[in-house]
Amino acid sequence: MAANVGAGGAPTQGRKPARGAKVITVTSGKGGVGKTTTTANIGVAMAQLQKRVVLIDADIGLRNLDIVMGLENRIVYDLVDVVEGRCKLRQAMIKHKQFAELYLIPAAQTRDKTAVSPADMVKIADQLRPEFDFILIDCPAGIERGFRNAVAPADEVLIVTNPEVSAVRDADRIIGLLEAENKGPANLILNRVKPDMIRKGEMLSPEDVTDILAIKLIGIVPEDESVVSSSNAGTPLALQEGSRAGQAYRDIARRLMGENVPFMQLEESGGFLKRISRMFGGS
Amino acid sequence: MPDSTVTIKGVKEGLLITLTPEEEWLSVTSDLAARIDGKSAFYAGAHVLLDVGTRPVRKDELGTVKALLERRGMTLFAVSSESETTIESATALDLRANHSAPVPASPSPAQVDALPFNPEEDGTLGVMIRRTLRSGRLVRSQGHVVIFGDVNAGAEIIAQGDVIVWGRLRGNVHAGCEGDDTAVVCALDMVPTQLRIANYIAVSPTDKRHKPKPEIALIRDNRIIVDAWGG
Repeated sequence: MAANVGAGGAPTQGRKPARGAKVITVTSGKGGVGKTTTTANIGVAMAQLQKRVVLIDADIGLRNLDIVMGLENRIVYDLVDVVEGRCKLRQAMIKHKQFAELYLIPAAQTRDKTAVSPADMVKIADQLRPEFDFILIDCPAGIERGFRNAVAPADEVLIVTNPEVSAVRDADRIIGLLEAENKGPANLILNRVKPDMIRKGEMLSPEDVTDILAIKLIGIVPEDESVVSSSNAGTPLALQEGSRAGQAYRDIARRLMGENVPFMQLEESGGFLKRISRMFGGS
Repeated sequence: MPDSTVTIKGVKEGLLITLTPEEEWLSVTSDLAARIDGKSAFYAGAHVLLDVGTRPVRKDELGTVKALLERRGMTLFAVSSESETTIESATALDLRANHSAPVPASPSPAQVDALPFNPEEDGTLGVMIRRTLRSGRLVRSQGHVVIFGDVNAGAEIIAQGDVIVWGRLRGNVHAGCEGDDTAVVCALDMVPTQLRIANYIAVSPTDKRHKPKPEIALIRDNRIIVDAWGG
C-alpha cells in the first residue's frame, strides 16, 4: 500500500528532473537569517556569469526581494496577478536594470500566503523552465503554507542559517520536513559568520553546525556591514568587487553551477576556516 | 478486522486510514471519530493518508473529514482513491491525491510467520527508525523504540518500553511512559535535553566538554542514574 503513495497525481512528488531551468528554493525556517539577501546575491552572481535567471518572491504579504534588487518602483503585476489570471506570466516579470537575462517576479503585498497554492507554484515554475537556466525562489519564514508553496517546485533546496543555536534548530526542523517530502538534496549556507567570535568560542563554528545538521555545506558568508547598505541601495553586494561577503556569494553561485570552487580563507593567518576549507574539498 | 468500516495502520509516511466504500459515509466518518477518540493521545500529531477506495467523495465531505482529523490534532496530507470525483476533491483541498490500485483483501502472510516464536520474542512491540530524528519529529510507540541515527534537539520520543539510540541523543525522551520504571534509555552519546523514565525527570549536566561514550539511563533508588553502557 505504502508503495502507492506519491505515485499518482501528486504534483510535487517524485518529479523527474525537468529539462531546462533548475529550480532552487532558498529557505531557513527562522526569519532574519538572510534568505532574501542570499537569493538576490546568488541571482545577480549567476546573471554576471551569463546565466538566464528568474527570481521569484514567494513571501506574499511581506515582499522584500524587489527592494533588495532595486526594482520596487517597476512593479506593475505580481505573482498573485499571474495565479489569478489578471496578467500573463511575462507581464509580471521585471527585467533587472543591469542584466538583460535576470528577472524578478515580485510577491503581492496586499494579500496573504493562501492566495497561491503549491500546485500554482509548480505550474509557474514549469512554464519558466524552458527559457531559463536557474529559477530561484525566496521562501518566507515559517513552516506553513508559504513554505510549502516555495518548496513545491524545487529541484534543489538551499538552507540558510546563522551560527546560532536557535537558527540551527529551525534549520534542522526544515531539513526534517524536506526529508519527509522527499525533497532533496538540501545544501547549507552558513551566513553572518564572525571568525573572531568563533576563535573565542563564543559562536558556533561551521564544524559545529554541520555536525548537527549533517548536510552539505555549500557556502560560508562572513558578517559584512555593507550587506545592509547595499540592500538598502538595491544593489546586491555580489556586484561589488572587494567585498568578502560578495565574493562568498559569487563562489556559492559557481558551486551551484557545478564548479568546484575552494572555500575562501576568512582569516589572513588561516585559522579554523582554513581547516574547514580543506574539510570541504577546498585546496 | 474484516468487519470494521475503518482500519488504521502505520505506514512509512504516517498513518494510513482506510474507510470502507460500502457503508453510509456518515456512519463511516462517525466510526472514524470514535476510533480516534478511543486513543486520542496516541494518534495526536499523526500525518494521515486517507484511502477511500472506490467511493466518490465530494469536496465538502472530504473537508469535513479533514476538519474532523484536525480537531484531533492530526493532519490529513494525502488521499488515495479509485474515484475521479474524490481525486478532484482532494486536489481542490490542496491535498496529495493518488490513484490507488485495489488492495488485495488479505495480504499473504509473510514467510517468517510460519516459524514458531520464542516466548520472549512473541508479542514484543517495537519500532526501528533508520534515520536521524530532526527537530519537530515525534515518535510514539506502545512498545520499544530503536533509532539508528541521531535524535536531534527538538525531536521527541515517547515509548511505553525502552528507547535505544544508536547515535547521539540530544532531544527529549520518555521511556516507560505508562509508568514502567524498569524501562531504560541507551545512547552512544547521552546528552538529552530532558530525559524521563516512568514518572522521573532528569536533565543533562551543563558542562559542554564531554567525551561521547555509550551510556544507559535507568531508575535506581527512586532517581534516574546514568551509567556506562556495556562497560
